[in-house]
Amino acid sequence: MGAEIEISNLSVYYGAVRALTDVSLNIPEHGITAFIGPSGCGKSTLLKTINRMNDLVEGFRAEGGVTVGGRDVYGGIDVTQLRKRVGMVFQKPNPFPMSIFDNVAYGPRTHGVRARAKLEAAVEKSLRDAAIWDEVKDRLRRSALSLSGGQQQRLCIARALAVGPQALLLDEPTSALDPISTSKIEDLVTQLKAEYTIVIVTHNMQQAARISDRTAFFLLGELIEHGATEELFSMPSQKKTEDYITGRFG
Amino acid sequence: MKARSAALRAAVYAAAAITALTIVFLVGYIVVKGAPHLEPELFAPKYTTDNLSMLPAIINTALMTVSALLISGPVGVFAAVYLVEYASRSSRLARGVRLAAETLSGIPSVVYGLFGRLLFVAMWGLSLISGAFTLAIMTLPLIMRTAQEALLSVPDTYREGSFGLGAGKLRTVFAITLPAAAPGILAGFILSVGRIVGETAALIYTAGTVAEMPKNAFSSVRTLSVHMYVLSNEALYVNQSYATALVLMVLVIFINAGSNAIAKKLTIHSL
Amino acid sequence: MKDKVMRAVFLAAACVCIVCVALICVFLFVNGIPAIGEIGALRFFLGTRWKPGQGLYGIAPMILGSVYVTAGAVALGVPTGVLTGIFMARFCPARLHRLLGPAVSLLAGIPSVIYGFFGITVLVPAVRGLFGGSGKSILTASVILALMILPTIISVSEASIRAVPVHYYEGSLALGATHERSVFSAVVPDARSGITAGVVLGIGRAVGETMAVVMVAGNQPIIPRGILEGVRTLTANIVIDMGYATDLHRRALIATAVVLFVFILAINLLVSPGSRPAAK
Repeated sequence: MGAEIEISNLSVYYGAVRALTDVSLNIPEHGITAFIGPSGCGKSTLLKTINRMNDLVEGFRAEGGVTVGGRDVYGGIDVTQLRKRVGMVFQKPNPFPMSIFDNVAYGPRTHGVRARAKLEAAVEKSLRDAAIWDEVKDRLRRSALSLSGGQQQRLCIARALAVGPQALLLDEPTSALDPISTSKIEDLVTQLKAEYTIVIVTHNMQQAARISDRTAFFLLGELIEHGATEELFSMPSQKKTEDYITGRFG
Repeated sequence: MKARSAALRAAVYAAAAITALTIVFLVGYIVVKGAPHLEPELFAPKYTTDNLSMLPAIINTALMTVSALLISGPVGVFAAVYLVEYASRSSRLARGVRLAAETLSGIPSVVYGLFGRLLFVAMWGLSLISGAFTLAIMTLPLIMRTAQEALLSVPDTYREGSFGLGAGKLRTVFAITLPAAAPGILAGFILSVGRIVGETAALIYTAGTVAEMPKNAFSSVRTLSVHMYVLSNEALYVNQSYATALVLMVLVIFINAGSNAIAKKLTIHSL
Repeated sequence: MKDKVMRAVFLAAACVCIVCVALICVFLFVNGIPAIGEIGALRFFLGTRWKPGQGLYGIAPMILGSVYVTAGAVALGVPTGVLTGIFMARFCPARLHRLLGPAVSLLAGIPSVIYGFFGITVLVPAVRGLFGGSGKSILTASVILALMILPTIISVSEASIRAVPVHYYEGSLALGATHERSVFSAVVPDARSGITAGVVLGIGRAVGETMAVVMVAGNQPIIPRGILEGVRTLTANIVIDMGYATDLHRRALIATAVVLFVFILAINLLVSPGSRPAAK
């Protein structure tokens, strides 16, 4: 089963407020797609619609279609299974107040893995894939809260990988981090695209230009333009996109 | 102008001095009068009218505390889980529960005692279990409120992280939210222990005054506070009363200090 | 499936509180109201004699008793408590606060039997020595209750004074007012609603207190003619007769509890945030 994400004619409402209007977008497998746009443009809303994290918000309602790997996200799918296939990393690193090991093992345990050896293998692999294994291998029993902000965020990526997802949604994953940690995360994300479908929401246009293959620009709840990152940044077809990427507003 | 300021200052200092001296006198009096009479026979395994041992009463207090908290603990914590994690803040049920809890926490303990006598004693007689149920209702609002506050102080990012990994609500509650809220919940439990240990009016006619260890849940028991009341009422055993008062006071002070320490740790941790 | 079951369990737990309040109300009112009817509302509330042996169930002495000792506790405890709260919030050096703060919360934790015991062994003889009589009196009970409500009033006052924005105080200082005047004219008035809530809370505690009062008040069910006379409160009335009362006597006690319950409810309604009048 693939992990292509297809969004067709999607509108999202919070109560009476419309947050997204008629968005259609294809997110191909094994690539990095960046969502950019000013605050409140709906890019995070769209991201959280893909793995149904918006279900937690009171008054949330979606119209139109979202499919992951060809399966309708809002049509009778098991949310647990969906979130297992589509991992998420949040704006602020949010490790649980438990040990590093338990943080990474939380996902596998949630999905029924109990055998010690299996858990240890999964934890090690995820931490290696998230490029943090060497930094934490000697202190897996220590609290995750003792790590630095950048390490915490890579731990959160490892935690998401441990569930065995096919896609990763990153919601401004570096906005709370210093430049060195940011570049580590960017390198990591670039490595991960070989195996995962990656969607990253970012405020940082240089970041989008640096790491993404495709970029989608949102404004006031509408998808203004999307395409290959190089093209979108070098010759945007829309005036609004050009204004935004040249820094005239936002 | 100057004179008025000086008068205000004098009033404030005088009040503070009265408060401080009262506390020192009250605590000091019990300590000074009680300490010399802390004799080993007061802790003999069996109570007699000769030794006036408080050991059975101490054990009864522990039993009473554990039994009451076994009832009110899960109920209070689960109720808090429902209110914080499941119910919407504005739901009618949530408001009803809050109002009910506020009402319960205002009811004087003697009314709990009367209620317990009418309901539980009618069923089970003067007994450990009647007292435990009475105190369970009495401590329920305290446990619920502290658990609610502790759950509310758990950052939403923890819940999001858990849901994002595909965990359901129940798994999130038991694996993430409750453990993160544990110190606050524990502080509430300890506060309840303090109230149970210090309680007299709600127990004297529900659990009774038998100064022996219970044979089973339906035996009448005398807790340390009730023991203290009975002793000082009889007025014959002044020295033993002082000693018992000292033990009771120290016990409750330690319990409350423990709760404060945990609560303090919690606030530092959550910052 | 498991989720659904546990959700139902949580919901049931949440309902327990409501059930308990309902049960308590039903038990009190179903037993108490008919008893008042049987005794006669006038003879119950205004009757000045409580002699269950002769079928006399007048609780006027107890209502007055509760009012008197509470008023006494407020008169002694509120000024001391509020002023101490002001001291702790605005006059107290940090090092002293580290001692006094825990000492006040210690006072809050001491069980009522210990207060009662302290009352019997220290206050009753003192009052007897100073003023004569038995020493068990409105005055003695008021002093003990004042001690017991002190920590509540201190901590609530201190917290509400600390919550007043610091620029009120600074603004007053900048106008050339002294520290004392700034605190009392600029800060304390703004904390008034919080302090009032603390006082009401203290009143609730004083009205509901039982054992400490029973031990020092004398408990005569007679309308007292002076503050050195013995007195019986509503709470004392319940606990003293509860052990042996039967039939109408028992239901008269439940009716006493109804009166007490309504008192407390009314007091709590005054302080619950929804209905508290904006005191400004």
